[in-house]
Amino acid sequence: YISIPDSSALVIRIPTDYCLLASALRVPARMQVLLKQRSGIRPSQPGRRAVQVRAVAAPVKSAAATAKTPLVTPEVAKDLYYDMVLGREFEEMCAQMYYRGKMFGFVHLYSGQEAVSTGVIRLLRPDDYVVSTYRDHVHALSKGVSAREVMAELFGKKTGCCRGQGGSMHMFSSKHNLLGGYAFIGEGIPVGLGAAFQSKYRRDVLGDEKADSVTCSFFGDGTCNVGQFYESLNMAALYKLPHVFVVENNLWAIGMSHLRATSRTSGDVDPYIYKKGPAFGMPGVLVDGMDVLKVRQVAQEAIERARRGEGPTLIEAETYRFRGHSLADPDELRSKEEKARYQARDPIPQLKAYMLEQGLATEADIKEIEARVAEEVDDCVKFADESPKPERGQLLENVFADPRGFGIAEDGRYRYQQPGFSSGTAVVS
Amino acid sequence: MLASRNARVAVGHRVATAPVNRALLAARPGRCGLIATKAQKKEIMMWEALREAIDEEMERDPTVCVMGEDVGHYGGSYKCTLGLYKKYGDMRVLDTPICENGFTGMGVGAAMTGLRPIVEGMNMGFLLLAFNQISNNCGMLHYTSGGQFKVPMVIRGPGGVGRQLGAEHSQRLESYFQSIPGVQLVACSTVRNAKALLKAAIRSDNPVIFFEHVLLYNVKGEAGGAEELACLERAEVVREGTDVTIFTYSRMRYVVMQAVNDLVKKGYNPEVVDLISLKPFDMETISKSIRKTRKAIIVEECMKTGGIGASLSAVINESLFNELDHEVVRLSSQDVPTAYAYELEAATIVQASQVVEAVERVCGSRAMALA
Repeated sequence: YISIPDSSALVIRIPTDYCLLASALRVPARMQVLLKQRSGIRPSQPGRRAVQVRAVAAPVKSAAATAKTPLVTPEVAKDLYYDMVLGREFEEMCAQMYYRGKMFGFVHLYSGQEAVSTGVIRLLRPDDYVVSTYRDHVHALSKGVSAREVMAELFGKKTGCCRGQGGSMHMFSSKHNLLGGYAFIGEGIPVGLGAAFQSKYRRDVLGDEKADSVTCSFFGDGTCNVGQFYESLNMAALYKLPHVFVVENNLWAIGMSHLRATSRTSGDVDPYIYKKGPAFGMPGVLVDGMDVLKVRQVAQEAIERARRGEGPTLIEAETYRFRGHSLADPDELRSKEEKARYQARDPIPQLKAYMLEQGLATEADIKEIEARVAEEVDDCVKFADESPKPERGQLLENVFADPRGFGIAEDGRYRYQQPGFSSGTAVVS
Repeated sequence: MLASRNARVAVGHRVATAPVNRALLAARPGRCGLIATKAQKKEIMMWEALREAIDEEMERDPTVCVMGEDVGHYGGSYKCTLGLYKKYGDMRVLDTPICENGFTGMGVGAAMTGLRPIVEGMNMGFLLLAFNQISNNCGMLHYTSGGQFKVPMVIRGPGGVGRQLGAEHSQRLESYFQSIPGVQLVACSTVRNAKALLKAAIRSDNPVIFFEHVLLYNVKGEAGGAEELACLERAEVVREGTDVTIFTYSRMRYVVMQAVNDLVKKGYNPEVVDLISLKPFDMETISKSIRKTRKAIIVEECMKTGGIGASLSAVINESLFNELDHEVVRLSSQDVPTAYAYELEAATIVQASQVVEAVERVCGSRAMALA
């Protein structure tokens, strides 16, 4: 992991040289070779100032910390493990339910990417915000939305978190500050910026000293070619918004390889999204997105930075989805070798091995966690199955926050005041 | 009835000084003193009324903020936020970079989390770039979130055909936005209703798209006080009449009223209804008027195809068919991009003479009516 210099002020240098970073982040040697081959050998330029991220407090472990000392406490490790296993089992259950005809439409599963969601979101406070794309089930679960509500939403039942009106791609929770769930990639990022703006506004304009909530936006490599991404990078850096951009680079946007869709920075062989951060004036970090502890470490820095009011960070997490883009995707373009390579880096067995090795959990603990997850997933399916479907009368209830927006009918009353309105139509005449 | 001087300016006769140019030239902070003097007089210009509305609402509610291009230090391209940044600071009157989709989305996120942003499109046409955010997020999020988040934002800006501004600066977006579920469309037309409606829109919990008109910013009139709000869903009966109802909105109201001057001399008695609420339609006012006059003419500035008039015409046919003595006549702009040349631009939009001719056609000549 990132080596810590022996001083009270902790400065973590984020090298722009890919190879140095790979070794700094303790990427396995074989992977380093692969990365070297991908990135080309480019000597680091000594004259260039590396982007610096300053830590908020003295590190929990002393400067003499070695690889032998665990990075997290047993409680945290078990929470991370629980969250990742819940995410995985939930998504696998979604696949089953979809093929059994319990849910329809476009369902995008997160299997394989759990380390990113768990690594970032489990660090957030309840008043922090999360914005996602259509691959949002696990972000919802990590943020605290109950599995029951998510599964019921997927089944289209009125007990779903969005009363069955959102569906797989539009998970919202005002209680847990999950701002969606967006089908058009890129359109959620400015919304996340708005939440960050609100946080800064509360502090600077409304004078609330305690207002320091942070917003994390999650999106993929494909989104990094959408104009709104760049508009958002610019505004976030310009206004120093407490926002963290988390790119879940799983190399594929449906069938479009990241390498075919994205141009390279001059001198590079492969495209790097994290390099776009410094271009806009914020730190850009590349992290191994299959290792939850590494993601957590980087996210910790970024979130604390944002909370201190120092502005946004761009995190590129190298990750992979084990399933196709959606349940309708035949997934024929990705090679078996690539899939196997990433399956070998599955974040859940990685964390399990780490916990056992470091003595953070016993086999019995792990079995107990897995049993708890299995029970929760079964329970949420049962709940969703038994939940009632939305009635016709629900159709018009949430179109407007103020139902006067439906207008005034011929008899002079507001349309919503007329009896039987909500089981009627929104037609004007 | 409006003072004929105002009507002439608004109608855009060549003899009147071009209001748009004057506005741009005069947009300097030094005008603040001048504004104070003007406020003491009874009549103010529409841009001042809008500015008053924004100022009063920002003072009343600290969560109200403005976002847009050049709204802060520049004071707004049409001076609607002149000097407000000095009073409220750079964060409450936020100068955004040129990224409509981005900052409109930022407005949506801010609205969802408790603020009440007013997003200004420097020209309504620029909001085409923000269509993603306006349609998907602004309009729909209250619904797709199952009612968990509301989006109390106002999207405002000048639209309509100006004075030879070219096709892209002369767009009428009310017809493009009218299908978006979950938004309300409001078009102001006088100083009084502009201020009252904008205040109501800011206080509304629904997303409101507020249409102003480039040529109406210098129209003079009396504005209401700090607590005068207009109903966002009500139409305004501009002139009571018996022969025919002319439905209109925004700048076309002045064109219609100029035509009414001629029509009255010719012996007609038209009723003029300013729609104000382009979506939803005020069916009470509309149906009452049609039951009375039994004839309807729609005079609008947007294109014929898929315009506000098209929707209104369909609605009138469906619900008031038996009340009509004549088919609904629509006078809309030609389905052409607005040319730069004055003559072609004038031929694109509805002129007062066309309104007179339509009323004569619909009502028949006065000699026949009196017989």
